[in-house]
Amino acid sequence: MPARVGAAARWSEEAGVPTLAVFKLASCDGCQLTLLDCEDELLSLAGKVKIAHFLEATSAVLPGPYDLTLVEGSVTTPADTEHIRAIRAASRRLVTIGACATAGGIQALRNFADVEEFARTVYARPDYIDTLATSTPVSAHVAVDFELRGCPVDRRQLLEVITAHLAGRKPDIPDHSVCFECKRRGNVCVTVAHGTPCLGPVTHAGCGAICPTYGRGCYGCFGPAGRPGPTGGSLSVNLPALIPVLKSDGMDDRDVERFLHTFNSADFHEELMAARQEEQS
Amino acid sequence: MTHRGSRTLHVGSLTRVEGEGALHLEVQDNTVTRAQLQIYEPPRFFEAFLRGRAHTEPPDITARVCGICPVAYQMSACAAIEDACGVTVDPRVVALRRLLYCGEWIESQTLHIYLLHAPDFLGCDGAIELARTARGHVERGLRLKQAGNAILDLLGGRAIHPVNVRLGGFHRAPAPAELQTLHARLTHALEDARLTAAWVSGFEFPDTETDADLLALATPGTYAIEGGTPAALRLDGNLSTFPLHTFLDRVREEHLPHSTALYSTLDGRRHLTGSLARFAISGRWLTRPARDAAVAAGLGDPWEGAVCRNPFRSILVRAVEVVYAVTEALRLIETYEPPSRPYVEVPPVVGTGHGATEAPRGLLYHRYALDADGTVTDARLVPPTAQNQGAIEDDLRRTAQAALDAGEPDDAELAALCERAIRNHDPCISCSTHFLDLTVERTRSARTV
Ligand code: SF4
Ligand code: SF4
Repeated sequence: MPARVGAAARWSEEAGVPTLAVFKLASCDGCQLTLLDCEDELLSLAGKVKIAHFLEATSAVLPGPYDLTLVEGSVTTPADTEHIRAIRAASRRLVTIGACATAGGIQALRNFADVEEFARTVYARPDYIDTLATSTPVSAHVAVDFELRGCPVDRRQLLEVITAHLAGRKPDIPDHSVCFECKRRGNVCVTVAHGTPCLGPVTHAGCGAICPTYGRGCYGCFGPAGRPGPTGGSLSVNLPALIPVLKSDGMDDRDVERFLHTFNSADFHEELMAARQEEQS
Repeated sequence: MTHRGSRTLHVGSLTRVEGEGALHLEVQDNTVTRAQLQIYEPPRFFEAFLRGRAHTEPPDITARVCGICPVAYQMSACAAIEDACGVTVDPRVVALRRLLYCGEWIESQTLHIYLLHAPDFLGCDGAIELARTARGHVERGLRLKQAGNAILDLLGGRAIHPVNVRLGGFHRAPAPAELQTLHARLTHALEDARLTAAWVSGFEFPDTETDADLLALATPGTYAIEGGTPAALRLDGNLSTFPLHTFLDRVREEHLPHSTALYSTLDGRRHLTGSLARFAISGRWLTRPARDAAVAAGLGDPWEGAVCRNPFRSILVRAVEVVYAVTEALRLIETYEPPSRPYVEVPPVVGTGHGATEAPRGLLYHRYALDADGTVTDARLVPPTAQNQGAIEDDLRRTAQAALDAGEPDDAELAALCERAIRNHDPCISCSTHFLDLTVERTRSARTV
């Protein structure tokens, strides 16, 4: 039995204080660390919620149900398919945080390869490795109330999501592309000015256009913009139009594929396939 | 619990460590017969999917092995690939890399001291609980951690998975005036770091020593961080170095018959990397404020070759390293000269390269083999926690045995003590890219939801 749902249904003992839980599946810990990186807000947040389950931060572990659960990481093992169901059952609201949890993460590169070959490459005894052939987002397994993107998630956005859920309102997380943030920041466009390949036009906003600010093209760590997901969004992505631009900036087919196959490969892959089909027809 | 003196103890979810793991202890007639740190971090196959990538990609990709020490992964990857391509970077770029790394040291070591480790010495569940009784201390810790993050934010663009690092250097080098904005904050951080060392030196430490060989990078003239030659300090005091390209001949991963875990050994003996090893090997190069903090904390004089082998006291050494990293960051800012170009081109060459740097929790080794067009054909990552596992389990065994010899600890006491023995080493379980101990989970009692 991979997971046990906590005892009797009861909300936090301290009446009126909502409980917060943080769980992790396959991931780098970076997204939950983002919560500990909110140094200015951490103690005041801890005054407003009861942290009921956050293994990285505290040994005090309370059984569910939880008012708000944050899940980092993707589903990659048979045990985790069970675990995520138990987590869902114990959570009033379940929010997934980061590219692993919302899109399968970098480990979803296995989805396009032979996972047994992968296991043989890394492990001396691949027979000990208990893994699924795919790395999938949490939403492929259970209902999700909100998805926050990014590899890692943005600190301010994470706080906004938590605050909004505690207040019972919809988080204010705009669905446009990195280009909007770049313009707002007054950046010079790296593609126009320097011919630097940039995924800004097709990438979900949220980071504040960090890469272009540092003179680098966006590499898509927040995943596709406007992608219809379980929690909203409408497809406005124009990848087919962007690919010729990437190529005129010096990328060949393999470069384009690598560029899109990183931290949100599973999401971008579908867009890439659609673009290729369009190219052929 | 079976008959008196024999029991099996299992802690299914270790807390206040990075990543997910469990501990397993078997006791027969009051003798510890098995002590294991088990990893149930699902495999993510970095070494497999790095094959076929461009040689410019591993710094960004391997950062995602670990959200706690992404800079370490970026720096080891750059070092290894630049080595493969025979490229040397501008010393001013090296200085900027060191500054970025200091940011990660300050952030990560302070996180461990305050949020993960100190609660063990003060008998509470975590820093948030600690803040109820010692808010001033926790606030100081958060402020110090934030100073480290400020360096990462400015130089890297963000603290977790910085975007500004690239093969050959940085996308953009900061203007001197930008770096100056960090100066005042770091001057304040130096005071916080000193107070941190003074605070933790008031803790009580169980008396115990590891007999593991200590392994750290060494660079004469400085406390090695972003490069150096592997140096091993044996239990008998013998210090020797070996060339980095022989690393995988010396540090070997073995599959022991009695266990399903992979153990790294150095020349066939268990070894330990991290703060204790660095302090012993590079201590004479600590700055005066760091050295003074060490002496005041009762660690002895590192300028005279003091060695600390008590893993419980690693919190002191981490605090000293934070003092060091702050003074070093201040020096690097004061002497900063922008490089003429923020990076050098690194044209691909067929060959193999090796890179190692000192992640906060120990030596992180990368090796890449490249094709003529720069395609990665093979990748090996050896993280510090994978190397430390043998020493951690030996600590577990020794600590548990001492407690059994001294009295009759109940399961909860024994479990708490064992968890502490593990946390002493700040294991980063997410980093453990190739532990084998994954099937155990099927028979284990489960995680709690
Ligand atoms: S999304 Fe990125 S930062 Fe977040 S856990 Fe996954 S790999 Fe780490
Ligand atoms: S610009 Fe793109 S790649 Fe860079 S941090 Fe933002 S979303 Fe991620």
